[in-house]
Amino acid sequence: MSMRTGNPQTALEAVTWRRLLVSSWPWRSAGYLLTTLPLALPAFAVLAIPWLVLVARLTAGDYQVGVIVVLILLGAALIAALGPLIAMPLADLERRRLRMVDARPVGSGHRNAASAGPVSWLRARYADPATWREVGYACLLATVAPVLSIAALLAAPLTGSFIASPFLVLAQRPGDGPVALGFGKVATVGQTLPYVIAGVLLLPLVPYLLTLLAGGHAAVARALLLGGPAEQLHAELAEVSRSRVRLADAFEAERRRIERDLHDGAQQKLVGLTLQLGLARLDLPPGSPAAESVAAAHEQAKQLMAELRELIHGIQPQVLTDLGLPAALGELADQSPIPVAVEAHLAGRLPSQIETTAYFVAAEALTNIAKHSGATSASVTAHQHDNVLTIEISDNGHGGADPHRGTGLTGLADRVAVTGGRMLLSSPPGGPTLLRVELPCTQNQQPSG
Amino acid sequence: MHPKPAAIRVVIAEDGVLLREGLAGLLERFGFQTVAVVGDAEALKTAVAEHAPDLVITDIRMPPTFTDEGLRAAVELRRAHPGLAVVALSQYVQHSYAADLLDSGDGRGVGYLLKDRVVDVEDFIAALRRVAAGGTVVDPQVISQLVRRRRDPPSSLSAREREVLALIAEGHSNTAIARQLVVSEAAVGKHVGNILAKLRLPQTDDTNRRVLAVLAYLRSDK
Repeated sequence: MSMRTGNPQTALEAVTWRRLLVSSWPWRSAGYLLTTLPLALPAFAVLAIPWLVLVARLTAGDYQVGVIVVLILLGAALIAALGPLIAMPLADLERRRLRMVDARPVGSGHRNAASAGPVSWLRARYADPATWREVGYACLLATVAPVLSIAALLAAPLTGSFIASPFLVLAQRPGDGPVALGFGKVATVGQTLPYVIAGVLLLPLVPYLLTLLAGGHAAVARALLLGGPAEQLHAELAEVSRSRVRLADAFEAERRRIERDLHDGAQQKLVGLTLQLGLARLDLPPGSPAAESVAAAHEQAKQLMAELRELIHGIQPQVLTDLGLPAALGELADQSPIPVAVEAHLAGRLPSQIETTAYFVAAEALTNIAKHSGATSASVTAHQHDNVLTIEISDNGHGGADPHRGTGLTGLADRVAVTGGRMLLSSPPGGPTLLRVELPCTQNQQPSG
Repeated sequence: MHPKPAAIRVVIAEDGVLLREGLAGLLERFGFQTVAVVGDAEALKTAVAEHAPDLVITDIRMPPTFTDEGLRAAVELRRAHPGLAVVALSQYVQHSYAADLLDSGDGRGVGYLLKDRVVDVEDFIAALRRVAAGGTVVDPQVISQLVRRRRDPPSSLSAREREVLALIAEGHSNTAIARQLVVSEAAVGKHVGNILAKLRLPQTDDTNRRVLAVLAYLRSDK
């Protein structure tokens, strides 16, 4: 097991520790086993009673098929329906109780259910394997755990009674009959001798028994309630993926905000200013120094207008925001130096992040085609099938595109991956090149208004 | 400066306050009479019904959906008021918009311009006057994209011929084109003849007919 340089971390480790008998571990273990009993009760009441009734009926020789079937169904239904509701709070309590006999950090094995609303929370919980491990734990807690705990806890008074047996016999009044000790009976002090010897020998073993059982219970609890290393890793990975999506969403929202601010603010004001300069220019006598400097300012303002429009377009093309992907792809094709055929038929507007990702994939691909492929024509298709948007960009160039060479494609692959989509590139030497991007889009919103 | 028999009566529809006021000031400066300034398509229809203007200048993208309500209102208004001249201003080139508008009426008295053209004050005013007089004006950027879109003959046009083609599409006469390119009118006439021949379009001197023919041809590939 782990290194034993300091104090043991768990009850199980403490079992092989030299100083167990003088440590607090046996007492804590006894406390742990003792507190198991009241907790086992509610679990037992819900989960085990139909089964117990069943067993009782069967042992009583009652073999009515209907009753048996009903009891089985009832038992199964209770576990399936109420199991998680009982098991989840129980597991929370158990994870806290685990600290009595396990000093290691304790965390929930559940995936983070970030979804809002009690219904979706419940749905996420019922779909989570961790929940069903907790139900399994609750079943054990209702059945095996109390039996073993009671047996182990009874070992202490039993051993004590063995050692005390001579005094018990001496304390007998005549006519009381023999003293019952475990499985046997003693009537004289001489007969108690083997019991006393056994009791003295067994006494030091009782703390070990308690600690061992508590340690075993705790190990099972840790395995079922916290998940193994693989589960923990999986949960962490899922959380990392979710945080990546959140980051991407936040980035996307911020980009849109910047675009809107620039468009509604700076761009409008700049157009107004340029218009004023254009008017001022007309009012000044032609050829005068004032007219010349106003003319220069007007030209600069026009230049700035064009640059700002380019900038805003690069952040988020307005045609995409207003009219959706097909129109924006059409605009891309119009701006391409080589002829580009566009075929995009989509039922409605797609989620904005999907539209933006698809658009920038096509834009980057068409830029690459124009720069590197030597193609004389290209095509862009977009279609949606089974909630997957597929974009294909192909050209008749000389192929040999390497996704690792250009950072553009890598960046796009990252954008695609965030949406849960994938990107496939086929570009054999000699061509043709085909870039295919699949983006899952769950909800399909109609154009607003 | 300009002899003005009767001021051209204009309704402006634009949701951006700065540009709306700028436009109104600009028009006033050039002797137009702005009878109403409105901020959305419904108000535009009301204003046109009330004031019966000669010319409507409308932003294509307006509230509430910010897509094409200005354009739809313009097409509707032209159907309801034959002879109403309309200049649509757009933030970006959208061929279907231009086509919808040009197909309304018989293409007379229609303009489709990018918003940024407004700041080239004199050119913009000239375009407004041409449209108000029944001419057709299409933004040069739309023309150049349409030319690029056509795969066949326009690629056989020379650079100078393309320039002339764009100016034709903007609604300029041969005289105006000659002045702008600083060449003789005869040279322009020759270029125009070559262009129409290469595009297999009928020869005509009617500026508006020329524009429409060129546009119809350029669009026919779509």
